[in-house]
Amino acid sequence: MKFSEGVKDGLPIGLGYFAVSFSFGIAGSNFLSWPLVTLISMTNLTSAGQFAGLQIMTDAAGTFIEMALATFFINLRYSLMAISLSQKVSPNFGTGKRLLLATGITDEIFAVAMSKKCVNPIYFFGLMTLPYIGWSSGTAVGAICGEILPAMVTNALGVALYGMFVAIVVPQMKVHKPTLFAVAIAIALSCAFKFIPAFSCVSVGFAIIICALVASLVAAALFPIKNLDADDEESAECKGAGK
Amino acid sequence: MNIDMQTYLIYLLVMAGVTLFLRAVPFILLRKKLKSVFWSSFLAYVPYTVLSAMTVPAIFFATDSRITGGCALLAAVVASLLGGGLVTVAAVSCLTVLGVDGLLLVL
Repeated sequence: MKFSEGVKDGLPIGLGYFAVSFSFGIAGSNFLSWPLVTLISMTNLTSAGQFAGLQIMTDAAGTFIEMALATFFINLRYSLMAISLSQKVSPNFGTGKRLLLATGITDEIFAVAMSKKCVNPIYFFGLMTLPYIGWSSGTAVGAICGEILPAMVTNALGVALYGMFVAIVVPQMKVHKPTLFAVAIAIALSCAFKFIPAFSCVSVGFAIIICALVASLVAAALFPIKNLDADDEESAECKGAGK
Repeated sequence: MNIDMQTYLIYLLVMAGVTLFLRAVPFILLRKKLKSVFWSSFLAYVPYTVLSAMTVPAIFFATDSRITGGCALLAAVVASLLGGGLVTVAAVSCLTVLGVDGLLLVL
């Protein structure tokens, strides 16, 4: 797995990120100068977390503790992803590389990496390159010239991120019925958190984690994926990459 | 700008620090392959359950009206079933919002 393969796989994510971060740039430019908004994207590379962070940052009543807690719960899902991804990486993925490349664990990059048999550092670095550039530059462009765009267009860009999510989930649902089952549980729970008043005290970030945990646990209990690691050929390929 | 530079920098440091911590620590600590079929299955389901919980019902509130959000979701699912990739599906959902918005204006 080469750098160039990663770059190629990362291109669609980078394009999508450009569109999504554009709306973040517009939102941020109301409060901060464009270099400061862009710096948030360059150091965080998160979607929902950044939007929430911006809100807290610009809220007069916001505190540093609130920022830490909100970021923690909204982004806790990345820990779940990091654990999943750790099961896929080649042996030459050392501590230093893991520390540097961990920034690339986003919803989409993670999902694409998980679709590979084995992930080595140089491929993962290639995979995150264009999304990183797209996310940062999209924020900058949005912050600088977002106001030129008509409200109708920025409104439409609001669904770009979710469109990308759908494009990742639906193909797997199509070929693997238990995934459809898991997704249905996750959506039902997520709607319950949104619409049942008793649950409204649960923060969005925490609700996502509960939905994902419960749905994945139930699906794993009812429909364990037995041949996940049975493919010796693939495992051998992964081990070989480390030598 | 309504916050001073020092406050901004502390906020930025907290945000970026917590985020990197969440990503890097589990990634660095987990070295061994899980032997358990249950837990590896659980982790295999995680990407899809996280993304779907994030999408529904949030997409209904991502635009000015629930109608356009709902149409965007429907269009994205159809485009994806027809084999569209990341960018195609994202573009289709954005264009759907524009189209429905335009249609609602005309009606």
